[in-house]
Amino acid sequence: MNEFSKEQLNFLKGQKKHRRIVNISRVLILFSFLFLWEFSANVGWIDSFIFSSPSKIALCFWEMVTDRSIFLHIGVTLYETIISFILVILISVLAAVCLWFSKKLSEILDPYLVVLNSLPKSALAPLLIVWLGANRMTIIVAGMSVAIFGSILSLYTNFITVDPGKIKLIYTLQGSRLQALTKVVLPHSLPAIISNMKVNIGLCLVGVIIGEFLAARNGLGYLIIYSSQVFS
Amino acid sequence: MEQVLELKNIHYTYHTLDGETPALTDISFSLNKGEFVAIVGPSGCGKSTLLSLIAGLITPERGLIKINGKYLRESTTNIGYMLQHDELFEWRTIYHNVLLGLEVQHMLSAKTRARAHELLDIYGLKNFEKSHPSELSGGMRQRAALIRTLVLEPDILLLDEPFSALDYQTRLTVGDDIGQIIRQEEKSALLVTHDLSEAVSLADRVIILSGRPAAIRQTIPLIFSLEQDTPLNRRNSPEFKNYFNLIWKELNCDE
Repeated sequence: MNEFSKEQLNFLKGQKKHRRIVNISRVLILFSFLFLWEFSANVGWIDSFIFSSPSKIALCFWEMVTDRSIFLHIGVTLYETIISFILVILISVLAAVCLWFSKKLSEILDPYLVVLNSLPKSALAPLLIVWLGANRMTIIVAGMSVAIFGSILSLYTNFITVDPGKIKLIYTLQGSRLQALTKVVLPHSLPAIISNMKVNIGLCLVGVIIGEFLAARNGLGYLIIYSSQVFS
Repeated sequence: MEQVLELKNIHYTYHTLDGETPALTDISFSLNKGEFVAIVGPSGCGKSTLLSLIAGLITPERGLIKINGKYLRESTTNIGYMLQHDELFEWRTIYHNVLLGLEVQHMLSAKTRARAHELLDIYGLKNFEKSHPSELSGGMRQRAALIRTLVLEPDILLLDEPFSALDYQTRLTVGDDIGQIIRQEEKSALLVTHDLSEAVSLADRVIILSGRPAAIRQTIPLIFSLEQDTPLNRRNSPEFKNYFNLIWKELNCDE
């Protein structure tokens, strides 16, 4: 090991202390929040019938774990979210590729994409039930509808910001436009596709839960609606 | 002398919504086998357009281009094009960057791979085969870009200000370096530059273009009485200054 100077050791010590304060504070905030919630429900500052309390939530959760119903609900929601997530990624990459290939197509469709992206998708969920019926497909489509247009737009924007010099290089090597896509655009956009996926998994979950609010017999969204109606 | 490249009465115009800009008017010249020709001209005069035309990236409005006696469209001759920036892909290692052209042209084979290794070895990048571009200096990156071009065995090399992105000191050494490599591999080369000393130190012949729309103003053959005709030796020879002044005067004669 190298010998560190006194100043370096002091610096390292300061850094360590900084990390410790950050970590302790984070945990402390969580616990004091839970404590305050529990305490105020117990002494009657807030109505635990409406606001519940951490201990009641833990108890309820444990009950559902023992009768295994929670696993069913989580499983269903997870399954629907993953299906809609995979479909969103496939469709949006494919659509962004098509837009990249044809400048005409992208110019024609641009206003439509912007409008579709800004539609209030959760408000349209009841319509989906009318169109597709109260089944699993409706929920998956609801999950996709929240994420897909934004995903296409952001992927396409990333595709067209590729350094034009790199595309020119492919052409100077007598490559085709397809090769420009596979050798330059896709590898360049890989980080963007991954960060896009991170955003989309969350959006799909939101969409799926909205769908389950309206058209489900199980799943976390159904559970939320059911519980709020029976005030459990 | 065998002509590898011939341009006849080339015209080219750029069109935008605001109007049209003539870039090249009536350009005719030829390039002999093994010859190194430099094209100089004021910046923005259409020098790079000329190379894009020869590489077939754009087509001329009028005029014809022949390569090895065949029209450009029917030609199967490989043309190597070196761009202003090295355009090495950060997600590939140097070795895989060098293979890019072979991949694109479906020419990957044990033989071409061996050739890539050989070229990397000859030009001092053997230890960097597995490195990524960001780990290399500007000069080494430009050398890797040249190898990427050379591994395709082009008959004609087009160089579009390939040293202009480098700092001055690196530019001199890399220019010297790459000039030697091109002579060693006996390629015919066409260099576009706005750096007069670069043109005089590397070329056999200098073509001077006028400002936009570019036309050929004059062609000056460069003859040096040197035992070892390297770019660096040229820079120290008495002829260098004369040629430099001659071209300089020619470039600025209408101002």
